[in-house]
Amino acid sequence: MEDTVKLFPPYREPEDHQAHHDHGHHEPHEPGFWSKYIFSSDHKVIGIQYGFTALCFMLFGFFLMLLMRWQIAHPGQAVPVFGPLLEKILGSPAAGGAISPDLYNSFGAMHGTIMVFLGVVPLAFAAFGNYVVPLMIGAPDMTFPRINMASYHAFFLGGVVMLVSFFIPGGAAQAGWTSYSPLATTIPTNGQAFWLIGMVLLITSSLLGAVNFIATIIQLRAPGMTWMRLPFFVWAQFVTAFILLLAFPPLEAAGVLQLMDNVAHTSFFLPTGLAVGGQLADRSGGGSPLLWQHLFWFLGHPEVYVLILPAMGIVAEVIANNTRKPLWGYKSLVYSVLFVGFLSFIVWAHHMYLTGMGQRIATFFQATTMIISIPSVIILTCMFLSLWGGSIRLNTPMLFALGFLPMFGIGGLTGLPLGLAAADLYLHDTYYIIAHFHYVVAPGTIFALFAGVYFWFPKITGRKMNEYWGRVHFCCSFVFMNLVFMPMFAQGIKGMLRRMSDGAVNYSAARVPDAIDALPGSIMELNTWILWAAIGLGIAQIPFIVNLFHSISHGEKVTSDNPWQATTLDWQTPTPPPHGNFEHTPRVLRGPYEYSAPGHATDFTPQNEPVASPAPAPQTAH
Amino acid sequence: MDIPYTIENRPDTGIYNAKLGIWLFLASEVMLFGGLFSAYVLLRVGAEPGMWPHGWLDVRLGTINTLLLALSAITTLLAWAACKVREFGKFKFFHACTILLALTFLGIKSYEYHDKWIHYEIALANGTFADGHLLEKSADFDLAKKTGTVTIHGRIVDDRRKLMDLRSPEAQSARLEEHTIPAGDIKKMENYGPKHNTFTAIYFTLTGLHALHILGGTLVITYLWGPGSRMWRRDPERFTNRIEVSGLFWHFVDLVWIFLFPVLYLT
Repeated sequence: MEDTVKLFPPYREPEDHQAHHDHGHHEPHEPGFWSKYIFSSDHKVIGIQYGFTALCFMLFGFFLMLLMRWQIAHPGQAVPVFGPLLEKILGSPAAGGAISPDLYNSFGAMHGTIMVFLGVVPLAFAAFGNYVVPLMIGAPDMTFPRINMASYHAFFLGGVVMLVSFFIPGGAAQAGWTSYSPLATTIPTNGQAFWLIGMVLLITSSLLGAVNFIATIIQLRAPGMTWMRLPFFVWAQFVTAFILLLAFPPLEAAGVLQLMDNVAHTSFFLPTGLAVGGQLADRSGGGSPLLWQHLFWFLGHPEVYVLILPAMGIVAEVIANNTRKPLWGYKSLVYSVLFVGFLSFIVWAHHMYLTGMGQRIATFFQATTMIISIPSVIILTCMFLSLWGGSIRLNTPMLFALGFLPMFGIGGLTGLPLGLAAADLYLHDTYYIIAHFHYVVAPGTIFALFAGVYFWFPKITGRKMNEYWGRVHFCCSFVFMNLVFMPMFAQGIKGMLRRMSDGAVNYSAARVPDAIDALPGSIMELNTWILWAAIGLGIAQIPFIVNLFHSISHGEKVTSDNPWQATTLDWQTPTPPPHGNFEHTPRVLRGPYEYSAPGHATDFTPQNEPVASPAPAPQTAH
Repeated sequence: MDIPYTIENRPDTGIYNAKLGIWLFLASEVMLFGGLFSAYVLLRVGAEPGMWPHGWLDVRLGTINTLLLALSAITTLLAWAACKVREFGKFKFFHACTILLALTFLGIKSYEYHDKWIHYEIALANGTFADGHLLEKSADFDLAKKTGTVTIHGRIVDDRRKLMDLRSPEAQSARLEEHTIPAGDIKKMENYGPKHNTFTAIYFTLTGLHALHILGGTLVITYLWGPGSRMWRRDPERFTNRIEVSGLFWHFVDLVWIFLFPVLYLT
């Protein structure tokens, strides 16, 4: 068959194949607003679309959290400033401007959903990945640009469905972001059906994205870009894409089954003899609530690594660039990230120690959970060791990257007791859990994402963000993040449960003085502290928002295509990179972190710099 | 701007972009159906003793459908081979066969769905169960008002468990006849839809999702057979790749059925 193929003339580019792209060479026509910003198939525009949308969703998710913190600190009292607005928009669930328990539940469920699926993952994976990965590997675009566009549109639609669910009768989903059955099926609101449909759209979006990322990294690496010359960020995105590709479909399966439960009244996750409101439910029964938890956490735990791996990739790039020396242990980093990716598929049931699934299964998952901490520690250790002996530049991206290291360290280490079944039985579903995973995701991942925004902003816009306000943003965020989450460890260890709309007032010593282990006043008082710290954290983001938008048009112009004097290919393009990215396909000659090479005129050697010229200015490198 | 390796293989990976893309997509599809099949296993293992149905589906129809899809896999392969040797007429013929086979499959599947939809289990006031296909409801039939009658073709049993295993000698020898039941005698009447029990639920979900895949694949193949085949004259190489990629999807969908058939029909 191959011989037959060879008989035919080599492939010609057909006329209709993305004709509007090819025009650029001879008649540079400017595409209109819609085709340039909304229906663009350019990976950089799609990256920006993802980034902007995700930042908006994160702000919205943060706002939901502020409302919840008010409710926790002042249960049942009207929300100041926003109370009347809430009542106007949402009606009776926010009667008198106060948050009803049902509304609190839906805020809780949607805060988690929005932050994870509409905020951090799209920003860390889709936005940074889309913008940076093709640049880093020297590709003109993603392999499937139109599928890439469809991915963003599916994501956007999923977000819209999630938001619309706030306004339907009964309100948005209330069963937590984990949507455990039978609760998710028996709560009298269609919000859960909206949630599931939204999730199916988001899963479709990330599936299309993951296929695209993997195909791009395998197929479109520039000549000379061997696997061990890939920047660590690309490796992290590569593994993340595989996790998304393989872990999300079981949740899609679970989503379809729960949708059947909610809409077609099947009993996939409903046990025999289920009673709802004191009445035997009109269901066939025979289903298994445990099945939902298995399918959910089969995604849910790898999802944690989807949140963290791209962040580690960003931090690695920023650290290598700002210590002016090669990353310590590049190969260990790569093998560790691959090992984490593989192992993340067999640790999921450590979220389920309390379900009574059995001691043997718990022991197995306990062992894998302890094992997976090893490569994570290797990655973090490599990053710490990379600082050793570097001539560190303390600019804003580097500050956030440095902030990431101890914060993620706290998040990771406090996870160890949760991985051991005996300790987890006590700590499960308390504020300790909340503090643990927020340390991983909020001052961990989100700090890394801020580092990425400050770091790649000059490439995207040709201007730097303001350094002073960047430092203000970092310092305030760092302080307030810790003030928000550190007290939650204390609350959790004292036994305060999460997901209670009254902020645990009913378990306080003030309410039930005779109860054993009632929550003392000092612990209850922390609720107020956390509220104020959260408000402070919100205010600390204002410099960032203003800085971001102001710098697009008024920031300090960069004089070079490579303002950070970086080695990777993303900085060897024109600024901002045009459609097609590179003027000539780059030829990669060396590894990604050739900083301070002895005998070299500058302290950085770009990956594609020809050997013959010893000291070219960064502008001429492309 | 040209994206490399859209048609020709990248030398060091030995594959072109779309083929890699479809294999990755199929990997995620394996996980999707894998999740559903494990749900099937858990539901079946966790079912109360004697309450998991056997022999509810028509093995003859299932066998015919299996053969149809197996045949369509062959015609898909031949259609691609015809493209490879540049025989457009043969391609048209073989993929026309694929489309017809797929539509016949969907037709038979719809008939099976309908057959379950008109199959009722009726709990009677005297504690027995009537079970059979609906023949007719009288004009004034109303369960809430308890007026009118319903006529089914089936049997009446004293224990629900007897309805579960239709392969048992007892069920095989049971006589099916017409029963006319007044609405006043009916406690609960429910067809064999998805909510009837976990077996019908997983049956409808699995085969429904599979049927959607068949439908999607058929739409793509029909497009490539019809308007999409204009690319043949312009760029046969690229068109052949499209046939190969859509064919890979089609083979996967066939393979899912090869698992569905024994799991749902034969056990």
